[in-house]
Amino acid sequence: MSHAADVAAQVARASYGRLLAILTTRTSDIAAAEDALADAFAAALRTWPERGVPTSPEAWLLVAAKRNWGKDLRHQGVQQKYAADVARLEQEWAHLDDADPLDPRLRLLFVCSHPGIAQNARVPLMLQTVLGLTAERIAQLFATSPQTMGQRLVRAKKRIRVNGIPFEMPSSSEQTARMPSVLESIYATYNVGWHQPDLVELAGEAVFLAACVVEQAPTAEALGLSALLMFCESRRHCRFDAGGRFVPLDEQDPSQWETRLTDEAFARLKQATSLRAPGRFQTEAAIQSVHARRSVDGDLNVDALIVLYDVLVQQTQAVGALVGRAAAYGRREPAVGLQLLDAIAHDRVAAHQPYWAVYAHLAQQCGHDADEAFARAIALTTDVGVVQHLQARRQG
Amino acid sequence: MQFAILFHETPTDFAHRDDDDHKDDYWASWNTYMSALREAGVEVTAGAALHGGDVATTVVSRGGDIEVQDGPYADTKEQLGGLIVVDVSSLDVALEWAKRAPCVGTGGCEVRPVLPTG
Repeated sequence: MSHAADVAAQVARASYGRLLAILTTRTSDIAAAEDALADAFAAALRTWPERGVPTSPEAWLLVAAKRNWGKDLRHQGVQQKYAADVARLEQEWAHLDDADPLDPRLRLLFVCSHPGIAQNARVPLMLQTVLGLTAERIAQLFATSPQTMGQRLVRAKKRIRVNGIPFEMPSSSEQTARMPSVLESIYATYNVGWHQPDLVELAGEAVFLAACVVEQAPTAEALGLSALLMFCESRRHCRFDAGGRFVPLDEQDPSQWETRLTDEAFARLKQATSLRAPGRFQTEAAIQSVHARRSVDGDLNVDALIVLYDVLVQQTQAVGALVGRAAAYGRREPAVGLQLLDAIAHDRVAAHQPYWAVYAHLAQQCGHDADEAFARAIALTTDVGVVQHLQARRQG
Repeated sequence: MQFAILFHETPTDFAHRDDDDHKDDYWASWNTYMSALREAGVEVTAGAALHGGDVATTVVSRGGDIEVQDGPYADTKEQLGGLIVVDVSSLDVALEWAKRAPCVGTGGCEVRPVLPTG
């Protein structure tokens, strides 16, 4: 690939959500903005290799997108809408240079969390508009067909456009109402980055977006999520050894964790709890903090872990929380952990990989036959490093 | 006496509004209908054409919590496409006009007397 094409691809990755957020601010028309932006990137790939990369690639793309805005609409002769949109875009861009302390993507995030948008469309819509994932890739992540996902996204965008949902930061009471959904979306994004080798950059984006939300509205749960993601991020690079084999949390060397991130995470968690508005993300951050304390204390405080997981399952009945609690109890008494795992409804765990990995581990410690659980845990992961780790454990 | 005529349309009707092959016929039929009302001297005191149920948002209270949901209140095949309020002498006159609405052959019309205010 030529240098110009490289730069275009890099700008596409880094700036897609920002550019889309700017283009949609005054128009509420995500689909039209996506088309215009796609045309602008295509133009960049044609022009830049010949004429060189412009000094400000983002500004170049915005101008090109504006030129392409409503191109298809003009063919249909819908002149009025086109003219009104372009007028609104001009207005928006006149203010572009004004210092906007807010990442424009934050506005998009709050739009994607509007209560009028179907819940099952919110995270996919955010992944597409804010982070630039294709509908096909999103469909894979949600284990649905590209057609179903495509329709869901088209429908959500139509609702936004037709209802004229404004691309502005909502009022503070409305921000509060949408906050849980915004935080859920960022959390889901981090999970995608954590699990998908081709989408690792999403983890960093999620950490950044959570920090942006905190700057805008430092609520207890926003701080909690930000702390949680920073704790996870601090040790993300330690999950696999040099040979690519998975290293479980307990076997990681805490001195390898990034202290810049853990220090900040501890500070944010402290600030969050001082607000006295407990919530699920703060509890999860606190659980992570117990693990992070191992770098200071040497040993893992299992009692603290159990208390926190007991709190967590009162706040969320997510399978991950139930499995985590069983694992925590299993550290003290493997048989108790196994009982807790058995108590989780079977249909909820059939395809939940961590459940079978924890099950295999605890069954083995109890001296039970763990072979089937190992087999299921191995079958449910596509990660070679995790397979290697489980196979080694299976052989004892 | 005032009656509201509610126009219920099918998904196909809604699709015809924007689809290049049908939109001219669709809108012409409604223009003809509204012109006929005007020419007959029927007083239309209010009215609105509505977007389809796919972009509706519903607000309900469940157990004290207000819930905002995407989608129409009743998720039926036919959806309210628009309505007018007419001032006519009797229900029969209102029904005559309802029978002439473009959507009567595909969806249907509902006629309701308007509650007097004050």
